[in-house]
This record gives sequence, C-alpha cells and structure tokens, in this order.
Amino acid sequence: MTLFADIALLAFLIAAAIAILRKRDLFTIAMLSGVYGLLSAAVFVALDAPDVAMTEAAVGAGTSTVLMLATLHFVGREAMPPRKRPLLALIVTVAVGSALVYGVSDLPLFGDPKAPAHGDVARHYLERTGEEIGIPNVVTAVLASYRGFDTLGETAVILTAGIGVLALLGMLPRRQRREVGAEPAPHRDHTILRVVAKMLLPLLLMFACYVQAHGELSPGGGFQAGVVFATAFLLYALVFGTRRARAIVPEAWLERGMAGGLLVYGSVGVVTLLRGGAFLDYDVLAADPTVGQHVGIIAIELGVGATVASVLIAVFFAFADVDPA
Amino acid sequence: MAALVLALLTTAMALVLLRALLGPTVPDRILASNAFGTLTVLWLAAYAATFQAEDVIDIAMIYALASFVVTVAVLKYVEHGDLGAAPDDVPPAEPRGGRQ
Amino acid sequence: MTDVLATVGYGLAIAGAVVSVIAASGMLRLPDVFTRMHAAGVVDSLGAALVLVGLAIAGGFGTASARLLMILAFLWITTPTACHALAKIARAKGLMPPEREQQETGP
Repeated sequence: MTLFADIALLAFLIAAAIAILRKRDLFTIAMLSGVYGLLSAAVFVALDAPDVAMTEAAVGAGTSTVLMLATLHFVGREAMPPRKRPLLALIVTVAVGSALVYGVSDLPLFGDPKAPAHGDVARHYLERTGEEIGIPNVVTAVLASYRGFDTLGETAVILTAGIGVLALLGMLPRRQRREVGAEPAPHRDHTILRVVAKMLLPLLLMFACYVQAHGELSPGGGFQAGVVFATAFLLYALVFGTRRARAIVPEAWLERGMAGGLLVYGSVGVVTLLRGGAFLDYDVLAADPTVGQHVGIIAIELGVGATVASVLIAVFFAFADVDPA
Repeated sequence: MAALVLALLTTAMALVLLRALLGPTVPDRILASNAFGTLTVLWLAAYAATFQAEDVIDIAMIYALASFVVTVAVLKYVEHGDLGAAPDDVPPAEPRGGRQ
Repeated sequence: MTDVLATVGYGLAIAGAVVSVIAASGMLRLPDVFTRMHAAGVVDSLGAALVLVGLAIAGGFGTASARLLMILAFLWITTPTACHALAKIARAKGLMPPEREQQETGP
C-alpha cells in the first residue's frame, strides 16, 4: 500500500517537474511549483517526517507561490526565449550530475543499521530525550536543545535573507496608481471574499499560536508557526491592499521583529553563560534542569517565530510594492 | 479499509493533475490546482487514518490554509496583475504583462 | 460498538473517495471551464464532507476527530468562496458558457 502511494506521488512529482520545464508561461510555472511543493510535502509525510512536511506545506506550497506571483508583476509573464543552444552548460551539468550520482551510490542503503545516521549520537538523542529534556517530540528536542547552536545559525540565515531582500528592493510605500475619475465596475467588489477573509484572520493567528505552543508535543515549533502567522498578514494584504496592511504592521515593527527574534535567541545563550553554564545550555535556567530546558526551548522558539514571521511579511511587502515602471 | 480511501484519492489526484497540465485556459488550471489541493488535504487525512498518525492532521490543516491563501493570490494576480493593489484600485484593461 | 462505528465511518469515507474520483473524471471530460467548476465544487463540498466525516466517525470521539471536523468547516467556508471568485474573474475576462444548440422542435 505504501508502495503504491509512494510510486504515485513520485510519478506526480516527475510530471509536475517536466511540465515546469516545458511551459514558457511563468504564471503556469508558478502555480505548478506550488503543486510541486505540495507533492513534496506529501512525500515527506510518506517518509515519516511530519515536521519537515509541515514546513514544506506552509512555505513551499503556500508562501513561496505567493512571492513568485508577486514577482511576476514586474518581471513579465513570458519566460525569455533561450538565445542559443547552451551546450557548455549541458556538458557541465551532466558531468557534475554523474559525479554526484557516483558519490551517492556509495552511501549506505536506506535504513541500514550501520549508517552514521543511526549511530551513537542518534541513539543518545532518542534514548535520553525523555529524561534530559522531558518533551515527547524528539525533533524539537534535537533542533532546539541538543543542536540549538545550529538553529541559531539558521535563524541568522533567515535574517540575512530578509536583510538582503530589503537591501535590494527596499520597503518603499507604493505610489498612488488610481486613475482620476475612474469608477470601479460593480463586479469588481469582492464582498464575499472580503467577509470570508476577515473571518479567517483570527483563526489563522490562533492556529499559529497553537503550532508555536505545541511544538514540543507534536510536529510544529517556531518555523512553522512563524510562517502561518505571516500567512495571516499576507491574506489581509492580498484582500485589502498593502497600503492598509502596512498601516497595521508598519515597517519599523517588522525590522524590530526581524532583529529582535534573533536577539532573543542569542540572549538566552548569554543568560545561560551568566548563570554558569555553557552557551545555550538550558539546564542552568531553573532549579530543575528539565524545567530549565522547557524555559529555554519556549524562549528560543518564540525568537525563531518572531524572526520568521517578520522576514516573510517584510519580503512580501518589498516584492508586492515594487514599481514596475 | 482506509488504504482503499487512500488509493481512490490518489486516482482522483492523478485525473485532476492531468487537467491542470492540459487545461487550455488559465481558469481551468486554477480550478484544477485548487481541487488538487483539496484532494491532497483529504489524502493527508486518509493517510493519518491508515497509519494511525494523528500529527499528520495538523499538516492537512496547514495545507488547507495555505491553499486558500494561494488561491486568493492567484485570483488577485489574474484580475489586477499586482498583488499589492487595494480593492478600490481600478484594475488594468488588459492582462498585465509587465516588461517582456 | 467500535466495529459498527468503524464500518460506518470507513463506508462513508470510501463513498466520499468514489465521489471524488467521479468528480475528477468529470473535470477531465466536461467541455468548458464553467461546467468543470461544477465538478470541482462537488469535490470540495460533498467529497470532502463524506471523507472527513467518515474518518472522524471511524476514529471515535477525540481530538483527532475534532480536528478533522474543523478542517471540514474550514474547507466548506473557503473553497466555495474561491470558486465563486474564480467564476467572477473568468466572466470578467470574457469567457462565456457554451451556447445551447437549438433543438429542432417536432411538428
């Protein structure tokens, strides 16, 4: 049964990928890449990786499709035709690809007990998470506590990406582009969509808080929660316009959120240093080490969520308000 | 038995994907992508039932939310070409192409 | 009791999956975008309802069933809205439902 589902999903992935290659209409490609992201999330579910699947569903199938569509406005809808046959690129790609495939053939088989992924370190995490950290979700335990320093780096990468986008595009407010005296046609008024979107916003925000708080117990955590939180503001901006969305979330707040999230994360590490432990060693945050771990994990997840949400909203504002003239 | 639901939904997904790849007009493709998204939410729920994995239901919920937001974005793009426009901005007369 | 619940639940879910397959084949065979919207709407409302309610019943009462029903409520609110907006925009772009062919009326 799993075999049928796996084969079907991978076949759909290949079909979507081939379609993305062959089409020249960038809008179709954007939609197909959303479908591709969704299929990847389903493949991750089939591979028993629900945290990754959740992030992929929220980001790859949701937010990144919206960002691609925002880009199409000032990039144009047709892909540029290839100017000449790229023979050199083909040779390089085939050579590097063959080298990679040759290297992959040397990796251990999927599920091999002697593989490094199943060695001592993984066994330590799986066996000791219960008593050392006290939360059921081992993925969050590894991400937030055992390998907390890596996650600090990842959050810094997200912040850097946000800074890069803002440096290139800026978050300038859009010019008024309304024609004088023109009346919007009556069927332009999407009342139903507006009402439904308004109803959904509190639900989305509450769901983001649920995913954030539940990260210790079930798949979830700061990254996924930040993306869902940003999705709520994206929905508002899409239905009501970025002018009103910026009135709700001014640029200054976004910049403070972006940097502040990472600052909170790093501060937890500094606090642990001041209390006598190693950097990001949450055991020293409270009298009982397990409670200290809980406090530390909650604090850093909040930091991660704040940075991710602020970066996504800021990037969307930057993309959506580019003046195509 | 839940496995049968999974298999049937996979078949439905294949058919709808075909329409997304073929569909001559743009609303055809948007419709098919939307239906594909809904079928995937159902597929994830059936997967959770087949393999007794409750956490996958959260993933289905997140995808239902993301799919709605993507559909709204796609519709806004088709109508205005510009994802940041306010609803009382007059949309352009012909579909926006931007710079070629 | 649980056996009856499981049978009823999975029966509903299988019915919902069958309905979805029929609707999906409708999306392939129907002639134009407005008729295909009818087929897609079936998946979103009836197919989703049968599958999710069926799985919720089969799973017994608990948080999993509650979440499935929440997903159903969400789908019911959002997908018809999206379909409606899509139909509006398709009309605004000039697509028309196909003309009815005039039938020869008998003498």
